[in-house]
Amino acid sequence: MNDIENFDEMWGHDGALRPAYRKFHDWFGEENPSRLRAKQREAEELFRLTGITFNVYGRAEAEERLIPFDIIPRIISGAEWLRLTRGIEQRVRAINAFLHDIYHGQEIIKAGRIPQEMISRNDAFVPQMIGVSPPGGIYTHIVGIDLVCTGAGEFYVLEDNARTPSGVSYMLENRETMLQMFPELFSQNRVQPVQNYPTDLRRSLAACAPSGGTDTPVVAVLTPGIYNSAYFEHAFLADQMGVELVEGNDLRVVDGRVAMRTTGGYKPVDVLYRRVDDDFLDPLNFNPESQLGVPGIMDVYRAGGITIANAPGTGIADDKAVYSYMPEIVEFYTGERPLLQNVPTWRCSDPEQLAHVLDNLGDLVVKEVHGSGGYGMLIGPTATRKEIAVFRKKLMARPGNYIAQPTLSLSTVPIFSRTGLVPRHVDLRPFVLVSPEGIKVTPGGLTRVALKKGSLVVNSSQGGGTKDTWVLED
Amino acid sequence: MLGKTANGLFWMYRYLERAENTARLIETGQRIALTRLTDGEGEWVSVLQSAGALEAFQAENDTVTKEAAIDWLLRSRANPSSVLSCIEAARHNAKMVRTALTGEVWEAVNATYMKTREVLARKVSERDLPAVLGAIRQQTALVRGMTHGTMLRNEIYDFARIGTFLERADNTARILDVKYYVLLPSASSVGTSLDNVQWETILRSVSARGGFRMEYGAGAGPREITEFLVLDRRMPRSLAFCVGKMRDNLRYLHKGKRTPLPSLKQVDQLERLYLSHDISAVFEFGLHECIQQILDHLGQIARQIEIDFRFYE
Repeated sequence: MNDIENFDEMWGHDGALRPAYRKFHDWFGEENPSRLRAKQREAEELFRLTGITFNVYGRAEAEERLIPFDIIPRIISGAEWLRLTRGIEQRVRAINAFLHDIYHGQEIIKAGRIPQEMISRNDAFVPQMIGVSPPGGIYTHIVGIDLVCTGAGEFYVLEDNARTPSGVSYMLENRETMLQMFPELFSQNRVQPVQNYPTDLRRSLAACAPSGGTDTPVVAVLTPGIYNSAYFEHAFLADQMGVELVEGNDLRVVDGRVAMRTTGGYKPVDVLYRRVDDDFLDPLNFNPESQLGVPGIMDVYRAGGITIANAPGTGIADDKAVYSYMPEIVEFYTGERPLLQNVPTWRCSDPEQLAHVLDNLGDLVVKEVHGSGGYGMLIGPTATRKEIAVFRKKLMARPGNYIAQPTLSLSTVPIFSRTGLVPRHVDLRPFVLVSPEGIKVTPGGLTRVALKKGSLVVNSSQGGGTKDTWVLED
Repeated sequence: MLGKTANGLFWMYRYLERAENTARLIETGQRIALTRLTDGEGEWVSVLQSAGALEAFQAENDTVTKEAAIDWLLRSRANPSSVLSCIEAARHNAKMVRTALTGEVWEAVNATYMKTREVLARKVSERDLPAVLGAIRQQTALVRGMTHGTMLRNEIYDFARIGTFLERADNTARILDVKYYVLLPSASSVGTSLDNVQWETILRSVSARGGFRMEYGAGAGPREITEFLVLDRRMPRSLAFCVGKMRDNLRYLHKGKRTPLPSLKQVDQLERLYLSHDISAVFEFGLHECIQQILDHLGQIARQIEIDFRFYE
């Protein structure tokens, strides 16, 4: 990747300050670097005290870690955001329609737009969902669309997170921290608020409650437990929504309803925002070894007795192989041209495409279809010859397990370092709420930043950090 | 409210109270050690006993030394009642019931945890001991203050209070159980320096010196001390006070319900049998027997609360 070709969100391609950053730039020019360094430390203290940590898998409580936070906001203009929002809404509408179709008539397959085996041989397809219509017709109540930017207003979708997207607590806490540390910045810039997210989430979930229930449906958040890596977020969201945080062993099927054990007996739950994977949701219907789920919840669900958010089986929509068909999917269900671009993707299951990938490994990013967290991938341009050779063998052994994409020239945004502002690569995960009342995209999202110079990997498990993301009121 | 949450709150506040009590016992032990003129480590045996940690200590250590006793009570992970173990357990429970706590309380618990881990990361030297104990007591007081100042007075608060007072009653009863013999009228020879030291120890162990002086002046003896710690309803660590608070909070929880609450019945019974007479009746019944009975009752009440409010099933 050539640094000169890079688009910087503050300085553009040519070094001219972009308007959204103007006021920030003035402010920064007046700031004393040592005060900012103190602020950076203060931010860390705040995060530690509030306990915004993630657990490292399989370790005890002592292993709570902080995700590094960078104090320089990432700033997006209102106009740019509006365009982006339209694209996100279109895509989310298509994903919901696709999920309904896949578990019902499969018209898209009959129309020959995507191959049958893409679905039937896919591990993310959940046969238990065939013919099931979730309350309100909503499959993906909460979606996180991962985007990257390559130029002014040019966004590509990297990934659609339609299962249980995480990170929203960082969006909210990053903003809280910034408000506390730099109130003057928020007086100078009109930044659209993100703080309504928990209220919106609760309202959105309540609107998806099974019909025939009460006016104030009982909502609960289901967590795998205190040792889960995202436990803090689960507790945070339940707290902010003012609903119960439950584990599988707090729930039981009583008289055909899923109910939670309270101090006064079992109380039915209408909407369960579950942060437990499909496979662990119900030992009677899925993985029989699961201790995290609720035996029989799927039977209640199929009978319309509870809303599960997101619905089981939504993983088929964010699978990386299905991803490559997203432009077709969007067109098929909305009848419109996709507003958001997909990154061109080669499916290695196809012999011709595989041949192209093998010939160009040094220029491509190769990912596992079901992988996540930035593990098990090859970044051609930065890999050594030996790494490429090793990966080539893995790829040829199981081609169906991989897809390949060109390395995009990702945008950079400034971070605060010892030498002042330096550019680093970022991605963006806006959060989307879907209910029968409509689609709502919170203005902002989670910006993940690769803190190492030149690095493209933003995952927190691999040395990435986060930033506050501002959408300006133009 | 979830049964699990009630359980977590109950234990979070029990552990916080226990951490504070253990810190206070260490302070008392150290104070006696520094002010007495004879040799020996006798006070540490009784401190360990009062903390309910003597048996476990002896399983790991051959002899009771001051250094070993302090480390065991402050930092040992093998001792579930050590200050460090208690604070870690309190924070673990707080994390579990995070949604029931205000942000202020959660941050106070988290800060307590961070501070405690910092000051107890290494063995504490004698010179640093007063500052370390002070920091721990200040931190737990901060949690209590935040609880008092920011939490709604609803069932969440009731479980927090029940945990606090059950633990506190248990602690006061245990101190009396270990030291009861110095309070017996027959054993006392009012005015000897030995007795004065012993009584002072008991009062210090429950932060009652100031209150006692205010109430009884300087000339009072074992009968008054016993009365103060067992029956005085104004003394916040007395048995009658703690049990009365438990009764109040259980009543709030029970309000509006028809079926009788077994744990509330047991608390009423405990009050009626042992805490509603005057001090002569306590001595007549036998101080030691009375304390033993109260300890037994407290254990039963804790188990009954678990059942009544579906802590586990």
